[in-house]
Amino acid sequence: MRKAFCLIAFFLLCFAALAQPGGMAPEHEKRYYSLLDELRCLVCQNQTIAESDAELAKDLRVEVRKMLQAGATDSEITEFMVSRYGDFVLYRPPVKPRTWLLWFGPLIFLVIALMVLSRLLGKQKRAGSTALTEDEQAKVDSILSRTEE
Amino acid sequence: MSSRLRLFRDVGMSKYLLPVILFFVLTSFLFVGLYRDPTEVSSPLVGKPVPQFSLPRLDNSEALFSEREFLGKVSLLNVWASWCVACLEEHPVLSELANRNAIIIYGLNYKDDVTKARQYLVKHGNPYLVNAVDASGRVGIEWGVYGVPETFVVDKKGVIRYKHIGVVTQQDVDEKLLPLIGQLQSEVL
Repeated sequence: MRKAFCLIAFFLLCFAALAQPGGMAPEHEKRYYSLLDELRCLVCQNQTIAESDAELAKDLRVEVRKMLQAGATDSEITEFMVSRYGDFVLYRPPVKPRTWLLWFGPLIFLVIALMVLSRLLGKQKRAGSTALTEDEQAKVDSILSRTEE
Repeated sequence: MSSRLRLFRDVGMSKYLLPVILFFVLTSFLFVGLYRDPTEVSSPLVGKPVPQFSLPRLDNSEALFSEREFLGKVSLLNVWASWCVACLEEHPVLSELANRNAIIIYGLNYKDDVTKARQYLVKHGNPYLVNAVDASGRVGIEWGVYGVPETFVVDKKGVIRYKHIGVVTQQDVDEKLLPLIGQLQSEVL
């Protein structure tokens, strides 16, 4: 009886150890990691706060966890970060007048490139199909005759 | 010679001009980019009231320091720590400001050891009127601190008007801080 009790206690402890890493409810944990991946560490700017080992990133991870456990929504948490660190803290900056160029700039360049390409191709096509006019032929003849001299 | 010139004109200058213009536009953007510091991120807190907080003071842990201290005068809040090498670099500049009574300087002692922080001030002099102890860095998050040293200029209404990231040099003081402080001090409450 006592052995059985010890065994059960042992297994319970094992599960407790498994549950420890996040220390969070499973539904929180999933949101926790997706939030961390959205937030930039301002100390080492090309890392998220999930990847970064900077002190600040650790502190912010703790903060995100605390807010999740207190029942905050994802947007409340990102809003908290943005109000202190600015839009730069988000890996996906919001679409607003200031960031229009950032979001739509590449599209504008694509359109310009396509326009230039179609014009060039059109020119080439036209140039290929037309023979020399009389005037042009005369010009060519005069130039050629001059070089022969 | 003259026929070559004519040929050049026939093809059209624009064909050569456009790539040259594009080249200079690109290089000027890159040139400006060379001198910009990507670690300086403008703070959304500029123009907002100082965040609410309450922290123990460095000189007396029984006493508290809160955002109310900022009301009624123009002041600086300097975020520093004894482990911060760059802070030592700006320390003489802050001391000089304090000695001239140019402005009240408050300190936020960020993620530091209280004993080491006190020793630091004894050793290098104390330009701060009061220091708040933010051992956990939690209040630092409220202020959007991401690298020490950082310096905030707060106006008489307790609104953050400017944030300086990194070492404050004498040049920063002369060109940015002092003119701004003068302007803020002339504002009526």
